[in-house]
Amino acid sequence: MFQPRSIQSSMSFREKVYSLDYILVFSILILGLISMFAMYSTDGGEFKYHTKSHILRFGVFFTMFFVISFFQIRFWYKTSTIFYLSILILLLAVKYFGLTSSGSQRWLNLYFMNLQPSELMKVALILFLAKYYHRISTVDVNRIKHLFLPIVALIAPVLLVVTQPDLGTSILIAIGGIVVAWLAGVRVKFFTYASILFISLMPIAISFLKPYQKARILTFLNPDRDPLGAGYQIIQSKIAIGSGGLFGKGFLNGSQSYLDYLPEKHTDFIFTLFSEEFGFFGSVTILLIYSLIIYRIVQIGNITRSSFGKLYCYSFATAFFVYVAVNMGMVLGLLPIVGAPLPIMSYGGSSMMAMMIGLGIVMSCKVYKDVPVN
Amino acid sequence: MINNIGSGNTIIKSKLISRRMFILSTAKAIVFFGIFGRLVSLQINEATKYKTLSDKNRFREWKIAPQRGLIKDYFDQEIASNKKVFQLHITPENSPDLEKLFFRLKTILNLTDKRIAFLKRKITKQKPWEPIIVSDNLTWSEFSRINLFLHELQGVEPIVSVARVYPNNSSSAHIVGYVSEVSAKDLERKEYLRDMAVTGISVGKTGLEHKLDKSIIGKVGFQRYEVNAFGKRIKQIQIDKGKAGTDYRTTIDLEVQKFTTGLLEDKAAAVCVMDIYNGDIVSMVSSPNYDPNAFVHGVKKDYWKELIGNDLKPLNNKVISGLYPPGSTLKTIVALSALENDVWNPKRYLNCNGVTELYGEKFHCWKKKGHGDVNMRTAIQRSCDVYFYEVARLLGVDRLSETAKKFGLGKTVLDGFIEERSGVVPNTSWKKKFIGKNWYLGETLHSGIGQGYYQSTPLQLCLMTAQLANGGFELKPRLLVNEEKNNLREFIKYKNDNPNDPLPLDMLVSNFNLKPLFRNQENINFVKDAMYAATNEAGGTSYRSRLLDKKFMFAGKTGSSQIKRFTAEQRELEVKQKDLNYKDRDHALFVAFAPVKDPQYAISVVVEHGGTGSSAAAPLAKKIIKKVLERHELRRSYQFSLGKEI
Repeated sequence: MFQPRSIQSSMSFREKVYSLDYILVFSILILGLISMFAMYSTDGGEFKYHTKSHILRFGVFFTMFFVISFFQIRFWYKTSTIFYLSILILLLAVKYFGLTSSGSQRWLNLYFMNLQPSELMKVALILFLAKYYHRISTVDVNRIKHLFLPIVALIAPVLLVVTQPDLGTSILIAIGGIVVAWLAGVRVKFFTYASILFISLMPIAISFLKPYQKARILTFLNPDRDPLGAGYQIIQSKIAIGSGGLFGKGFLNGSQSYLDYLPEKHTDFIFTLFSEEFGFFGSVTILLIYSLIIYRIVQIGNITRSSFGKLYCYSFATAFFVYVAVNMGMVLGLLPIVGAPLPIMSYGGSSMMAMMIGLGIVMSCKVYKDVPVN
Repeated sequence: MINNIGSGNTIIKSKLISRRMFILSTAKAIVFFGIFGRLVSLQINEATKYKTLSDKNRFREWKIAPQRGLIKDYFDQEIASNKKVFQLHITPENSPDLEKLFFRLKTILNLTDKRIAFLKRKITKQKPWEPIIVSDNLTWSEFSRINLFLHELQGVEPIVSVARVYPNNSSSAHIVGYVSEVSAKDLERKEYLRDMAVTGISVGKTGLEHKLDKSIIGKVGFQRYEVNAFGKRIKQIQIDKGKAGTDYRTTIDLEVQKFTTGLLEDKAAAVCVMDIYNGDIVSMVSSPNYDPNAFVHGVKKDYWKELIGNDLKPLNNKVISGLYPPGSTLKTIVALSALENDVWNPKRYLNCNGVTELYGEKFHCWKKKGHGDVNMRTAIQRSCDVYFYEVARLLGVDRLSETAKKFGLGKTVLDGFIEERSGVVPNTSWKKKFIGKNWYLGETLHSGIGQGYYQSTPLQLCLMTAQLANGGFELKPRLLVNEEKNNLREFIKYKNDNPNDPLPLDMLVSNFNLKPLFRNQENINFVKDAMYAATNEAGGTSYRSRLLDKKFMFAGKTGSSQIKRFTAEQRELEVKQKDLNYKDRDHALFVAFAPVKDPQYAISVVVEHGGTGSSAAAPLAKKIIKKVLERHELRRSYQFSLGKEI
């Protein structure tokens, strides 16, 4: 226990810089660059608001990512509870002081930016549960009294977010939490019980859904049901991607997005826009970059000594994967439209910030891989 | 110790975590592979389908109505042409508030509530980007008022377009017909119209406009625009102006047409004039007529009611759809048929005392006192009925019907005129089939003077006369000038140049690819000569209408077709036709060819309820023949001036 500490203290700044995972760094950078071009295209080939703002955010949060990488992993271990609780408070604050836009109350006005705490909760919950499971032994994991806290910690933010209402984000937060519990060794039977309970509560839950959310689920089951209404987004997105063909229509030539057939093109449907302009090869390139990022995160989890680090990296990798899969599944017509941004690519400060924080902590695990957390 | 336990626990934990992570990683790989598969399916397998759908989103086409082809007369004067019209279109999707727009338009244009309700219904039936026509023929003052208020009428487009106009109004209304808005029935009947769903296109309803519609209507053009999701035009991609329809030159002489129309004013009558060598219909007038311009922008109710309510039937083209018993004009064919079938010697005399009897039934001659001794020539000249009762009795109705059909009766003459009727040439099997009874000999006698079941159109009578006048050769009457070689005229020329050609006539004829309608041409000449006598020798039925100038001299046959049988009383009282009720009077008929020497034209005149052919029809024919012959040289030279012999 002494030795690692000496390693850690003896590390110079240069050594820390060397120990960064450069494949991961470059993957993120390339994705960031691609997203800037895509954003430029959504602005109609002009250097306008979305592009400028996106570049600025990427610059700021990418720097933040490096800063976080040099924080000791122990710092994150120690502050995770506070981090989680403060985000929870922010979520509560949203309930009372939040900004309302297109029917849901999700944002806090911080004057320099509109913060969406639910995005940060995605990372905070993983961090919090990783610490919790780090501290209890494998034997205790399945004790009922030890299941209590994680369940509360998971349900509280999910309820706050789902009532904003924001079904998509709440599902993604819940998945992140469940993944940590799964990796920590919670028995399959508990998941089975939970899903049985969930399914039996579904009818009640559905009655609480907003009409537009119900419509989205029905539309997903049959997109042609209402081609000009709720099914419009799925159909237009499929048309855009399909019409891209093998090589795409060319940069700035995506007619579907250019002529406004594509909804939400700079947020949820940014992948559609890119696919239309760069075709199958473009789409597959994006898919490969995401695969590489996820692979690198898992690799970092593999070489990290501490259970906290492992749990965090694996969970974050999985959550990251889920965000990508849900967004792509959505725009490809495989999943209902739930409003899930594509990590790093989509326009949106909070989402970008959450992802960069998450990736920064992963990088910190890499830099301090041999350092025990407690 | 604590350390050990800790590290042991950590190792177990790590193994557990890694094991579970492995399961998750496998799941991830599967899901990403699924997404990859979806990309393959959308962007490679179904790319064509989605490209089409994307283009369907992107492009929108607006069709442009083509300009209709012109219809000209023989001398290239326009009978049907096009004029500039001012129209008002609304594109519903460009208007933010249709209700308000209609309210504004109502005050500017004095639209009726009914019309507005009709327009609103129309809007609901079509795509929001397809324009509808609010008014297709605005006056200049309305048009300028619209342009004045244009800034507050969003969605409205004032358009300068072209529409059909018939510059000579009515004289050729029946030949040319008229155009009007496309109806459901038109779409059903005319397949080519289905790809031509263009705002403002009109379709030919009758006459030549109907017959030539397919080629005269032109090719629809289109403008293709790239539009955004809100229907706004972003840029024009392609424009195809379409093609104006084909122009047509007809055989009609507008001068003669106008002249004849003037003559027939206030009468229910029909006149047809035909070139006997090439079948050119020089004039075809049906009276009374109507104004075809009234139909182009939708006929007004009052005018329509007036047309429909008129007993003289102005909408009917009587030349091709009026059916009249040919009356005594058929005697030419009866005589010819009897001679051709060798059942009668033309020199044979019969005594006509005004009546003959068959099985107790009396058959009267039109002349109560009778004609005395007549032979075939004088029987035609004076139109003796008794003589032809006997000829018909010996000839029989079946042989007569054969000749009559050969000369063009009983079948339609022109192609593609929906309004043309075929008439009736009766015979024994016809009666069996259509009436279901056996033929009576008495009916043969009636047929012998063109009464009974016989029904013919003025065009058929004209064709019949033309085919007699040209020496008995088949003609194909036509309304459109075409470039075909005229064999008949060449044949006549050849015969005049080589009067001593030893070749027999039938061989000569087949060399010129002509179809003779006779067995012995002498018989045709006999009939022509008898017609000459009827007009130009004292005692002939049309002697009073003769023209003395050799240049204009014509030969004709009168006819009166009975509407109502004379009662014995009326006959006794010698009631004159003009004393009868209009509806009960006979139709007056006259057929002729002119000039007598070297004939060029045939004419038929029918005056409904005109009384007798000699008093009502022949005087009209006289004037028309003179007019036509006066213009003959001009007509011939016009062909040569165009550099072609037609």
